[in-house]
Amino acid sequence: MRRVIALLLALLLSGPALAVQPDEVLDDPALESRARELSQELRCVVCRGENIDESNADIARDIRILLRERLKAGDSDQEVLDFMVERYGEYVLMRPTTEGANKLLWMAGPLMLLLALTIGLLYIRGRSRAAVAPGAPDASLSEEEARRLRELLED
Amino acid sequence: MFVELGHFTLILALACAVVQSVLPLVGAARGWRSWMRVAEPAATTQFLLLVFSFAALTYAFVTSDFSLRLVVLNSHTAKPMLYKITGVWGNHEGSLLLWVLILAAFGAAVAWFGRQLPAGLRARVLAVQGMIGVAFLGFIIFTSNPFLRLAQPPFDGQGLNPLLQDPGLAFHPPFLYLGYVGLSMAFSFAVAALIEGRVDAAWARWVRPWTLAAWVFLSIGIALGSWWAYYELGWGGFWFWDPVENASFIPWLVATALLHSAIVVEKREVMKAWTILLAIIAFGFSLSGTFIVRSGLLTSVHAFASDPTRGLYVLGILAVFMGGALTLFAARAGAMEARGVFAPVSRESALLINNILLAVSAFVVFVGTLWPLVAELAFGRKLSVGAPFFNVAFPPFMVVLAILLPIGAILPWKRGRLGPVLYKLRGVLALAVAFGLLAYAIQTGKGNLGPIGLALGVWVLAGSAVDLWQRSGRGLFGQRLCRLARLPRADWGRVLAHGGLGIVIIGITGLLAWQIEDIRVAREGEPFAVGDYEITLDKVEEVEGPNYISTMATLTARRDGRVVSVLHPEKRVYPVEAMPTTEAAIDNGVWRDLYLVIGDPQQGGGWAVRTYVKPLANWIWGGAILMAFGGLLSLTDRRYRVAAGARRRRENLAANATPAE
Repeated sequence: MRRVIALLLALLLSGPALAVQPDEVLDDPALESRARELSQELRCVVCRGENIDESNADIARDIRILLRERLKAGDSDQEVLDFMVERYGEYVLMRPTTEGANKLLWMAGPLMLLLALTIGLLYIRGRSRAAVAPGAPDASLSEEEARRLRELLED
Repeated sequence: MFVELGHFTLILALACAVVQSVLPLVGAARGWRSWMRVAEPAATTQFLLLVFSFAALTYAFVTSDFSLRLVVLNSHTAKPMLYKITGVWGNHEGSLLLWVLILAAFGAAVAWFGRQLPAGLRARVLAVQGMIGVAFLGFIIFTSNPFLRLAQPPFDGQGLNPLLQDPGLAFHPPFLYLGYVGLSMAFSFAVAALIEGRVDAAWARWVRPWTLAAWVFLSIGIALGSWWAYYELGWGGFWFWDPVENASFIPWLVATALLHSAIVVEKREVMKAWTILLAIIAFGFSLSGTFIVRSGLLTSVHAFASDPTRGLYVLGILAVFMGGALTLFAARAGAMEARGVFAPVSRESALLINNILLAVSAFVVFVGTLWPLVAELAFGRKLSVGAPFFNVAFPPFMVVLAILLPIGAILPWKRGRLGPVLYKLRGVLALAVAFGLLAYAIQTGKGNLGPIGLALGVWVLAGSAVDLWQRSGRGLFGQRLCRLARLPRADWGRVLAHGGLGIVIIGITGLLAWQIEDIRVAREGEPFAVGDYEITLDKVEEVEGPNYISTMATLTARRDGRVVSVLHPEKRVYPVEAMPTTEAAIDNGVWRDLYLVIGDPQQGGGWAVRTYVKPLANWIWGGAILMAFGGLLSLTDRRYRVAAGARRRRENLAANATPAE
């Protein structure tokens, strides 16, 4: 009995267990490779952060087939993406646009790097000036301190 | 009965943690030795109580005690014993219990092995550790109690997510937790130092082994998770920029930065305030890594709303610890003046750039991970930030880091010149360029990723070899070899870790640039060609496992007519959990993995089969293991064991002699 139930379940649950199915693949290799590239950019809207190329969900398969239909109809990559956004919303794009507040997201890294480099360079300058600044308190170690440091570090 | 005792010891542990966080702190402030000394027995007791509590929960899982709600939800009598045990932490409540157990273990380790620490510092470190314990024990007991009973126990449990029934994933969380919680030690040391108002070389030396240990565990945990994703998820990717992955990667990046900056504090007594800040931030990211993700805040805003108590409690903990520590930092950071002086071209500057790159890259991953949440809450936009964003925004930092690494590693402290350093690396540069050109010549029309990545990896790998060799000084070849063998383990550790990074870069490059993929309908007995291989589907059969039913295919891979490997990819169904999984079959090799996945039977006969040839895939995990091993080797370095007593001796000296300052 257990085995029968298990087999039934196996049949029920098997579903599409592969991401891209052989019957989806386009005959034209150039078009297919474009389709694969674009699939990486589109999110499976019901999954946890998977793109449609990796996802096993039915909706991902539907979007993959739709995507290939658009490509066969002669859409450019951008037109396909625009079509998908119109249909499923901005949520479907794995790569966020650069519109509006998203500029913050894209600029966050470069701006932070600039800030960090500025602070870092000022610090380095300060540390190298400290050596030569006349009249500054002697930054080198005293005899006693040097001995202690040796003891700490070489012990 | 045993389970009730476990529940009881959990509550006792909370009481114990309260004592541990209050008395030693007061004692240290007032100079009362007896109060300070409470910290050690409290830490030991808290640890033992939690060991008992964890053992009780494990016992409930092992004996399938279905009167316990948690066991019902996460276990089943038909599950193999290994996964009954790992099921203890394969859920929110149990994993939290493991988390506090590890936290208490680290606290106890300080109590046992930290006898050389000055009494005040040790008391304060243990007190801070106790506070973290109080917060999380409270979190467990009030919102996520694993010991809740059911009035009417069912006959059997609901099983464990089949994805978790796997050796790779079973041991992935404990390693991550050891890493996260290890960073709590760095945090406790940082806060204790802020309270004391003193950071010196000795402090850095005490903090470094804990950070190093945390980093090693984090590295292993992340590598295990990535390896699991590679063989389990069925398309052989190794990193997906998933929020949960990012949550472990951000603390790793910050911990890496902290490791390097602690060296600068130890050797040169500069970058003190920054190191303290990193220690605080690293733990902050660990907290959010463990808990905000678990509460579902990052994966979906709605999961958060479904259980607001947990999410709010976690945010509260984060706010209190980060807010408190950062306020303390703001008040005291000014007192930590730098002592060392260094020129713009020096090891210090190189490590500072390393820190900038690592910290900013961590920031980028952090912003990218949180952005969907920010966009939805602040701008009402529902959007995704996926791999394509991170693949553009993150790698540039690592490329620059990899270019600078071999140079920085052999730059002298204080003051150096670029000329001689680059001269030492001329051979490495030639080798890297040669490999890049070779790759460019062999591959045809596959973009620049392969050649550039390979050159970069070789540059880092060969650069660390030069780093090692030039540490052997001058003289005859034989003498230098002898000196190499006697080098401090920390030097070997550094070189191995850096070399491991080079190997990881080469592995990632191979996998991304030169993978071959084939999707087709395969009929039994009809061979097909993928790359250099000829693959035949021999048969497909039904096989019964302990708690699953499997559709198992047998495929033979041949090369030049010789059998390379016979592989058995499976599709499994776990009836209890009602969930299918794919089990890829992989022929592992040094130069390539052959990766096969079986799909569904097709209407016109035959089966869907996916075949991948994945060049250099194992270099990724091999390199990661080498990095972790390098960290371990550094950890066993003599100076961490012997030098711990230095500061106390110094204090004794200072007490006897008139102060020199």
